[in-house]
Amino acid sequence: MNTEDLLKEANIGSEINDKDTARLIINKDKIIDTNEVEGLKVDAREIKDGVDIKIRLEKNTVIEKPVHLCFGVTQQEAVQKIILDIEIGDNSSINIFSHCIFPLAVDVKHIMDGKIRIGKNSFYSYTEKHIHSEEGGITVIPKARITLEENARLKTIFELLKGRVGNIDIDYETTCMDRSVMEMTAKIYGKSDDIIKIKETGNLIGKWSRGVLTSKVAVRDNARAEIFNKLFADAEYARGHVDCKEIIQGNGKASAIPIVEVNNSKAHITHEASIGSVDSKQLQTLMSRGLSEDSAVELIIEGLLS
Amino acid sequence: MNILELKNINLQINGNKILDNLSMDFWEGYIHAIVGPNGVGKTTVGNLIMGLEGYRDFEGDLLFKNRTIKKLNLYERAKRGITMAWQEPARFEGLTVENFIKAGAKNKNRKTVERALEKVGMDPDDYITRAVDKSLSGGERKKIELASILAIDPKLVILDEPDSGIDVASLKNIFDTIQSLKENGASVILITHSLEVLKQAEHAFLLCSGTLLTKGSAEKIGSYFEDKCIPCNHKNKPDKNGVKL
Repeated sequence: MNTEDLLKEANIGSEINDKDTARLIINKDKIIDTNEVEGLKVDAREIKDGVDIKIRLEKNTVIEKPVHLCFGVTQQEAVQKIILDIEIGDNSSINIFSHCIFPLAVDVKHIMDGKIRIGKNSFYSYTEKHIHSEEGGITVIPKARITLEENARLKTIFELLKGRVGNIDIDYETTCMDRSVMEMTAKIYGKSDDIIKIKETGNLIGKWSRGVLTSKVAVRDNARAEIFNKLFADAEYARGHVDCKEIIQGNGKASAIPIVEVNNSKAHITHEASIGSVDSKQLQTLMSRGLSEDSAVELIIEGLLS
Repeated sequence: MNILELKNINLQINGNKILDNLSMDFWEGYIHAIVGPNGVGKTTVGNLIMGLEGYRDFEGDLLFKNRTIKKLNLYERAKRGITMAWQEPARFEGLTVENFIKAGAKNKNRKTVERALEKVGMDPDDYITRAVDKSLSGGERKKIELASILAIDPKLVILDEPDSGIDVASLKNIFDTIQSLKENGASVILITHSLEVLKQAEHAFLLCSGTLLTKGSAEKIGSYFEDKCIPCNHKNKPDKNGVKL
């Protein structure tokens, strides 16, 4: 499988080859291709079983086109470690698409350790989309520690909807300074004997900071999911919400533990969690249009995770 | 010709008799109405015809085009061309109007979706990419449900309180859609306690305490219903002998 095949798997078109599009393509521990654009420096270094990456966005820089990071493993068995250190300068904006593609994985371990700092008044969007094999022999351990400086904005989406999850253990923690805003979303569909663990933490320590943690998970067959979302508010007028929705089918099992902790009388945090099978009203509506129960459930889950 | 026949149906739910020796014939290509005050079993009849869980274990028989469908489940009945829109439309987080309408449509293309939305008085450009969720009002979701029914080209449509949550301006769209269904060859059953909705029907059944009190032209049933049933002064004690249309 070559670079073109990897990009095809991720549904990435020719736009990635545009000279104005920043990119970094890695297969296991080899850097296959890079492209930098003005104001953005990508320094990638091959290490044992992985790549150490430093990304620096200069202050007062807006990267118009999405930056593509492609982390693939085309082998059946491998370990891939990605060390990611990202610094976004003040008054800047960037939108990163991270494609994690393991199409043939039988026994693959993907470990990501990220440290991200988003400067004052800056915007950082990170969409991580996983494409796995149908084997289920994959372990994904993404960890990130993120700091939002004053008035910074963060939006992350983690999506694993294609192929088997295998074993995933997400651990993201974000700390928000004054007037910063974070929005972290995870959407995962577990099948067979997949195991999903999501731990997302938001520390709203700055005045007027705001945060939303959202998890949408569906499990069927014998898959299991544990969601542990924590939002902590320790500053005046901090506002936050934790939202967890899980659909279970078959012998799937799910648990959700939303923790909200408020240490300031002027802060306010809410939470909402629901776990259960597909709503019978939705099901009967779609089945009365001629969809089988399985097709109706798939459509409902597809909608929830879209 | 009858498209649907209920024959001496008795239904109990949790030990309570809900339908009592109920027999009804629905003619093919007609718009029928089932009327009656709240709690007389109108929606139960709809759920029983559609084959919902909990409404399939009854005495008597249910014939669709002269064949029993008593043993068929909801999906199998839908596959034969029976469909239903319930009083409170479901909400689907993330499911777009386009994909919702396409789900059961015979022609799964965008044109079909656009045409169906236009028919119920909705501008496709305003709605097609929106989700069928809480961001839409109950009335909007109701019209989208009707659009989804138009797209599947059904043989028998049950509409439970089709005017519920609908504003006056949109009522005409709902009534036009009911007529369109008939023009397309569908038979329609309107479940209602609204005289306005009843006027859309050609033939009506008046239910009282789970039993058929009388049947006849929608006009006559409407007059009787308005005169004797609003308000109902003999709840749970239907007086069949007293009915004179």
